Amino acid sequence: MAELPEHLQKRAAEARAKASGTPSPDAAPAAPPSGNGAAGNGSGGNGSGGPGRDLDAEAAQYGVPRALLERAMFARARKDGTAVPQLVGAGAPAASASAGTTAGAGSTTVTTSAPAGPPPGVRTQRLLTVVKAGAIQGTTREPTDKVNVWPHLLAIEFVALLGMLAFLTLLSAFVDAPLLEFANFNEQPNPSKAPWYFLGLQELLAYFDPMVAGVIIPGFGLAALAFIPYVDRNPSVRPSDRKLAISIYTIFFMAAAVLTIFGSFFRGPGFNFTFPWRDGIFFDDLLTILGHE
Amino acid sequence: MSGLGDHIRNSQVWTSIFRPGSPMRADGGDSPRNRAYVVMNNVLYHLHPVKVKRHGVKLSYTLCLGGLSFFLFILLTITGIFLMFYYRPTSPQAYIDMQALATDVAFGQLVRNMHRWGAHIMVLAVFLHMSRVFYHGAYKPPREFNWVVGIILLLLTLLLSFTGYLLPWDQLALWAVTVGTNMAAYTPVFGDQVEFALLGGVQITADTLLRWYVLHVLFLPFIITIFMAVHFWRVRKDGGISGPL
Repeated sequence: MAELPEHLQKRAAEARAKASGTPSPDAAPAAPPSGNGAAGNGSGGNGSGGPGRDLDAEAAQYGVPRALLERAMFARARKDGTAVPQLVGAGAPAASASAGTTAGAGSTTVTTSAPAGPPPGVRTQRLLTVVKAGAIQGTTREPTDKVNVWPHLLAIEFVALLGMLAFLTLLSAFVDAPLLEFANFNEQPNPSKAPWYFLGLQELLAYFDPMVAGVIIPGFGLAALAFIPYVDRNPSVRPSDRKLAISIYTIFFMAAAVLTIFGSFFRGPGFNFTFPWRDGIFFDDLLTILGHE
Repeated sequence: MSGLGDHIRNSQVWTSIFRPGSPMRADGGDSPRNRAYVVMNNVLYHLHPVKVKRHGVKLSYTLCLGGLSFFLFILLTITGIFLMFYYRPTSPQAYIDMQALATDVAFGQLVRNMHRWGAHIMVLAVFLHMSRVFYHGAYKPPREFNWVVGIILLLLTLLLSFTGYLLPWDQLALWAVTVGTNMAAYTPVFGDQVEFALLGGVQITADTLLRWYVLHVLFLPFIITIFMAVHFWRVRKDGGISGPL
């Protein structure tokens, strides 16, 4: 067993003595305050406020700073509502002097309660304000309902991946990608159509100057799309709060879809208007899907 | 047999391949700790956080559109690499190679079909993903910039598809691209220069084919990969998937 420091052993011995009923310096009896309780000051540890304590001696004995012992003494007295033990020795005069004064005035309670001011050697501080601890960048998270990515999300993603792969493989097994005749610079097919995702723009070409339809509208369209988050300052994500934004986007979405469908199916030779059910479909990629080739 | 299986799964080789928490390992049983390890200890899965908001895994919220766009990109990369083995971007060899793909190469026609239809579906998926994000208001702070990155990805997807459109070197490819690049020539001020740079000349030639081939198989995939990395990284950094409506 490790060797215990001497002052701890001494303290333990005193505690044992206290437990067995023997008076010890720490055992301040809960004696009712009395007028002369503090009168026997300075006489050496037999006042009714408890045995006198020589804090300097204790400090030297236990290796504990005197101020701490004193503070503990007052705190204990205040907590238990008991009398403060009389101080003896070098540190005593100030406290005993004040005690003597109050005792001489015939007070019955003041001396036994905690003193109004701090005891000598104890620094006190006033609390001016409480600054709550908080990081500059918020690191705490709101508690949210979360699930593990594995297996909940990864399983869904895997199924979606397999579904897409199956769909694409089946489509590719049954529908061949178009391959027309060798590229011939001298024979332009009629009509000539751009890839389907540009057919909305090609449709615009039928109405506007090429610079407007081919450059300005798509250019401004892309720029407008990119600037959406900086223009739409509405913080809400609820559809009922975003009627204007949703309406505008939907209008443009539908316009693009209608133009694309129109350019794809309703434009025949010379990019003139046609009905797909009357004149046939002039849309090569789709023709192969429909099996017309 | 189970003894042999345990012996293999406890071997040094096996445990060195599968990192802790993997269901492939003998000690990879189901536990909250291992569920976290599965994601953290895998190079691909750790694109994801360990946990996501419950509403985020609902199919009806994302419709998997972003993930499917990414998957289609990977699929197009794989099928595209396959096609590169059999394709020479010269005239008339390109067209001859296309015919050979359909007749001489094992699974050549199937892979080419998958590449083409997959490209169309990817354009559609990216566009629908953008619309999904808009209708959820998921571009709002702090995700504004990731929306901009997404628009760039949409543009790059269209360019990838369009540059691939020329490569079969048939009538459909030639004239569709002619129509498309004619529009670019109307760019204000420097329209002629834009068209010249795109075509590698004043009109579509075999030089255009080589130029678009390099754009299609190297340049644009390189650029889009960088933007995809930023896109995915910002999804995580901006707080994961957006909140419910």
